[in-house]
Amino acid sequence: MENPNHIIAVEQILAAKQSLPGALLPILHDVQDTLGFIPSEAVPLIARALNLSRAEVHGVITYYHYFRQSPPGRHVLRVCQAEACQAVGSDALAKHAQAALACDFHATSEDGAVTLEPVYCLGHCAVGPNIQIDETTLHARVTPEKFDQVLAELRSKP
Amino acid sequence: MTTTIYIPCDSTARALGAEAVAASFASEIARRQLDVTLVRNGSRGLFWLEPLIEVATPAGRVAYGPVAAKDVASLLQADVLNGGAHPLCLGKVEEIPYLKRQQRISLKRVGVTDPLSVADYLAHGGTRGLRRALTLTPLEIVKEVTDSGLRGRGGAAFPTGIKWNTVLHAADEKKYIVCNADEGDSGTFSDRMQMEGDPFGLIEGMAIAGLAVGARQGYIYVRSEYPHAIAMLNVAVERATAEGWLGGNLLGSGKAFYLQVRKAAGAYVCGEETALLESLEGRRGIVRAKPPLPAITGLFGKPTVINNVITLGSVPDILANGAAAYQAFGCGRSRGTLPFQLAGNIKYGGLVEVPFGLTLRELLYDFGGGSLSGRPLRAVQVGGPLGAYVPESQFDTVLDYEAFAAVGAVLGHGGIVAFDDTVDMMKQARYAMAFCAIESCGKCTPCRIGSTRGVEVIDRLAAGNPGQTALLRELCDTMQNGSLCAMGSMTPYPVLSALNHFPEDFSRRPR
Ligand SMILES: Cc1cc2nc3c(=O)[nH]c(=O)nc-3n(C[C@H](O)[C@H](O)[C@H](O)COP(=O)(O)O)c2cc1C
Ligand code: SF4
Ligand code: FES
Repeated sequence: MENPNHIIAVEQILAAKQSLPGALLPILHDVQDTLGFIPSEAVPLIARALNLSRAEVHGVITYYHYFRQSPPGRHVLRVCQAEACQAVGSDALAKHAQAALACDFHATSEDGAVTLEPVYCLGHCAVGPNIQIDETTLHARVTPEKFDQVLAELRSKP
Repeated sequence: MTTTIYIPCDSTARALGAEAVAASFASEIARRQLDVTLVRNGSRGLFWLEPLIEVATPAGRVAYGPVAAKDVASLLQADVLNGGAHPLCLGKVEEIPYLKRQQRISLKRVGVTDPLSVADYLAHGGTRGLRRALTLTPLEIVKEVTDSGLRGRGGAAFPTGIKWNTVLHAADEKKYIVCNADEGDSGTFSDRMQMEGDPFGLIEGMAIAGLAVGARQGYIYVRSEYPHAIAMLNVAVERATAEGWLGGNLLGSGKAFYLQVRKAAGAYVCGEETALLESLEGRRGIVRAKPPLPAITGLFGKPTVINNVITLGSVPDILANGAAAYQAFGCGRSRGTLPFQLAGNIKYGGLVEVPFGLTLRELLYDFGGGSLSGRPLRAVQVGGPLGAYVPESQFDTVLDYEAFAAVGAVLGHGGIVAFDDTVDMMKQARYAMAFCAIESCGKCTPCRIGSTRGVEVIDRLAAGNPGQTALLRELCDTMQNGSLCAMGSMTPYPVLSALNHFPEDFSRRPR
């Protein structure tokens, strides 16, 4: 089903960015930043503007872990799963997070508050285990108790 | 008299509560009507002490840390504005042994200056390298970089001057400078600290690279996991352009260099230089076969210099102070300094920029203080997810590219991830294969299929089938010799080092 607001947003982004060299990633980022995900109706519009096939655009969207094709929960919570965080307990934290949210990685909690994602290093490897919320908030040395506090706060926010 | 207080805006410091500390200072200062300027500096990289604040006193900058928002009132009570005594006082920041024993070159301004202040940058030696480069011919600039002995800090340690020379001599109107800021290796954060803490230094290095090879356009490809670095770079590019450090008329010379920041999208393999170029061009980040080298046929088919953040960030100093000064540091064929990053299960984790030549043990114990847990260190992964696990018996290996190669390991981007004796090395080997399976670009079979088979073989080993080790070795051999890029060919490093140094972890009976 086509959402006219999505179409307008994508058209605006295309007008601003389509002449950049290598414009596809900047365009996809803008679409995701604006809409929270890359809706399927964006694909033919982007393909036409960049003179690509829809398959090519689709191929790029699905190649990159960062791009999502469906709307996330109100917040995206990323738990670092890379080695330096493993050395200080990120596996246990991931299990705790999955239990607390009652969902797996790449899924959203029942109440729609949080989409849980793994991430492979956030660049804070001296103070793990680390989590990131929505690109804006970071927490270091996250114990299960601290995770529960952070989660309670997130759930209380609209 | 106005007093300056520095509170880091580095994102690790923020993860540890620096924003709340800054807010608390701001409100307490207003309430007490104190004459104080708050400056948001980068981090010194002493992360166990973050948030680490500094007060500028006539005798030098005095540090306090780790500071929590609730400490701010008591700090102001204790007359910190004059460097007063307080339980959190660490003395003069530059006298803290962890920092004092370092030799900071590429990251010398990080933590010292306001990263976005033009005045600070100039006051701390900024643009001296660019100014000197503008008095030299392209060949002379390349020679300076070659003579410095600088090798690529992204992992492969290829001599930077040789790469630049190839691009300089490629006959083409259009050339590019690309900065690889994909920093995907676990245990590494020096690129992030450079971009967040001294973005002008990177920009200056790229402008010099442009002058050296005759490129007028540059791109910085930054991983999406670093939103703060991207924001800092974008502002820095704007300000550098306003100052004439970028743009159509570099410092009035008539020469041009333009720069754009591009955001990656979470694919580890896009740190591989040719996959990165594909991604910048707007495609899936699939590795290209080499030759042709990017130096000949790079971005949009044009000759391209692609270098790591720290490589480019080292260039202004080399130009400003001369190749000989840089060359004087280091050992063997590893010249200059490397910003090592101490991470994982380590007591004093952080950034340690030192000349090549210390031993791993010195780094782990003299700087790192041993494990965070207090248990013995058992294995240390050096050089990211494609780096070997180094056992205790090899901790005396000298930190230089050749010495590490001699023990079947790599220094890579200088990430050092420590594990204590609770680590299960078979699990780490499995993770290395699983990571490769997730991140493989899929172009060649040994890597795409081999990594998945590797996970299965290790799972069978775990289920108590010891005959599988021969199969695992054979698989590693195929990946090592049959893969197109280091993703597939180096995943065997962590796997085989775990198997060779910690065989006991692979022969446990299942319970
Ligand atoms: C799978 C893979 C990932 C890589 N990731 C990075 C990276 O994140 N940053 C980087 O600078 N180099 C990375 N490299 C190395 C680059 O391919 C290349 O050698 C480097 O950008 C060259 O710059 P330098 O000579 O300044 O090191 C990676 C290589 C491989 C095979
Ligand atoms: S080794 Fe792996 S990542 Fe490298 S080209 Fe082959 S499939 Fe791609
Ligand atoms: S490994 Fe978790 S932040 Fe780097």
